[in-house]
Amino acid sequence: MNPLIEVEKLVRSFGDHKAVDEMTFHVKQGEVFGLLGPNGAGKTTTVRLLNGILPPSAGSARVFGFDPITQGESIRRKTGVLTETPALYERLTARENLQFFGTLQEISENDLNSCVDDMLDFFELSSRGNDKVETYSKGMKQRLALARALIHKPPLLFLDEPTSGLDPEAAQQVNDLIASLRQTDGQTVVLATHNLLEAQRLCDRVAIINNGRILAMGSLDELSRKLWPVKWVDIKFYTLPTKNITAGLKINRGVIQAAIKDDALSVQVESDEVIPAVIRYLVEQGESILKVNPRDYTLEDIYFTLQAGEV
Amino acid sequence: MNWRSIWAITRKDLKEVAQNKVAWGPAIAIPLIFAIIMPILFVAVPQFTPIDDLQRELGDVQTLMKNLPPAVKAIFTGLKLEQMFVMYMTAFLLAPLFLIMPLMFSTVVGADSFVGERERKTMEALLYTPTSDMELFLGKVLAAVIPAIALSWLTYLVYIIVVNVASYGLFGRIWFPLPTWWPMMFWLTPAFALLGISATVLISSRVKTFMEAYQLGGSLVVLVLGLVIGQVTGVLYLGVGAVLLIGTLIWIVDAILIYISVRTFKRSMLITKLGD
Repeated sequence: MNPLIEVEKLVRSFGDHKAVDEMTFHVKQGEVFGLLGPNGAGKTTTVRLLNGILPPSAGSARVFGFDPITQGESIRRKTGVLTETPALYERLTARENLQFFGTLQEISENDLNSCVDDMLDFFELSSRGNDKVETYSKGMKQRLALARALIHKPPLLFLDEPTSGLDPEAAQQVNDLIASLRQTDGQTVVLATHNLLEAQRLCDRVAIINNGRILAMGSLDELSRKLWPVKWVDIKFYTLPTKNITAGLKINRGVIQAAIKDDALSVQVESDEVIPAVIRYLVEQGESILKVNPRDYTLEDIYFTLQAGEV
Repeated sequence: MNWRSIWAITRKDLKEVAQNKVAWGPAIAIPLIFAIIMPILFVAVPQFTPIDDLQRELGDVQTLMKNLPPAVKAIFTGLKLEQMFVMYMTAFLLAPLFLIMPLMFSTVVGADSFVGERERKTMEALLYTPTSDMELFLGKVLAAVIPAIALSWLTYLVYIIVVNVASYGLFGRIWFPLPTWWPMMFWLTPAFALLGISATVLISSRVKTFMEAYQLGGSLVVLVLGLVIGQVTGVLYLGVGAVLLIGTLIWIVDAILIYISVRTFKRSMLITKLGD
């Protein structure tokens, strides 16, 4: 199956500044793909380039097989975009906002009102549908903005900082909605965010970007394997070993190093498969093991390691 | 061209501007002053002014009339002094002032639509729709031009009724509008409405706030004031021929400004003004 989005060496410059610098990535259908980076990393510019709002300075992109430079309108018919700010017409009601954008998204006159009702229902805004948006809370505005992005049921959704500025409860609500969209509709989602927990929870793969460049790309597992091909395991004992077991451990195949620190033994191994052999060796040596804890890397570990340029 | 989208943009902009008090204030106040207060005042003046003052005032009118074209002199022939005063004030002196309305209404709505949308950060969502640049542009221009022309015409209608009713006792017949008003209403007024919006579109690309665009666009009123001064001093008499000629010139300027505006109204340019 062809990727839904294909980006090859995409560049966008503003004067001397390269907002997007030779980005290359593909997004498959049904995937949730994260563009992860700090403010000014080039996430929003990438979303704009892929929707044909901005022309690139160099490189190419295809979305649904369309070229954003010449076929932006065809792309925008099939995409929904949640902008960083809700960008709603505050002097109009929620219903009027959805009717307006539904019309621009070419929903037929006959279907428009039922689509609007469905969206208001789905996002639990029906009771306030005829209220002006200026009376809404931030969380409600964000839900309405999401409804606007989805009113024409686009197969591809771009979410630019969907929980930015929301309180934790509203952010959780929006994230739950995004997760449910994926489960129920199998939508392809491009999530531009600097929220690591959000990305870890929602994304199948992420591209970690900074200064317009992709620093690394892949699933959480792929990225942690790429960054840390070797693994650490921490072992806690019921009673600390009295004899020097670290030297003995090192003769096991796949053990790189071992050291006792505080009340635990830390062992660096080449892969997960080595861990059972390490445990077996310690048991054979008569050690009483209380806890074995292989260290898992979070997206946060990966992100900060990459942003700090440590690899 | 998707006209459904274009009308949706027009309707949305009108709904929005209807909630903007800065826009509505002048839209109510100016027609009220022009169409009701001023004609009543001019018709009432000869009846309450001491005869000496009136004669002095009419003396000025007569001096001015010497400079008028024969066709206009013919209109005044056979009229009483009071009738001449009322006719001069309501049908000649005030005439070019009415052009402020289409200009100002289209500038206000245009500023709210083009710059206000950017200021309120609602533009970006609009740019992500499949609507083409031309459809967006047309929707917004129509939102400014249609109410500007409609409100102007409505004001003309009220003015015609008020002038005729208020001066019926003096003339004993329905005498207004004079022939020069027809091309002004149907040729010059739409041209000025389009001038207001096309200038505002160009201004909008250089300013950041609605108020800046409104104030800069409002400076076009100088054009109208020029016509008023020309009329008052007798330098430029707005007869049918002059109105048609000025209208044609304004339409040509409109066409040039619209052409430039269409070329500059591009998504890529609009989005870069929004920043990140």
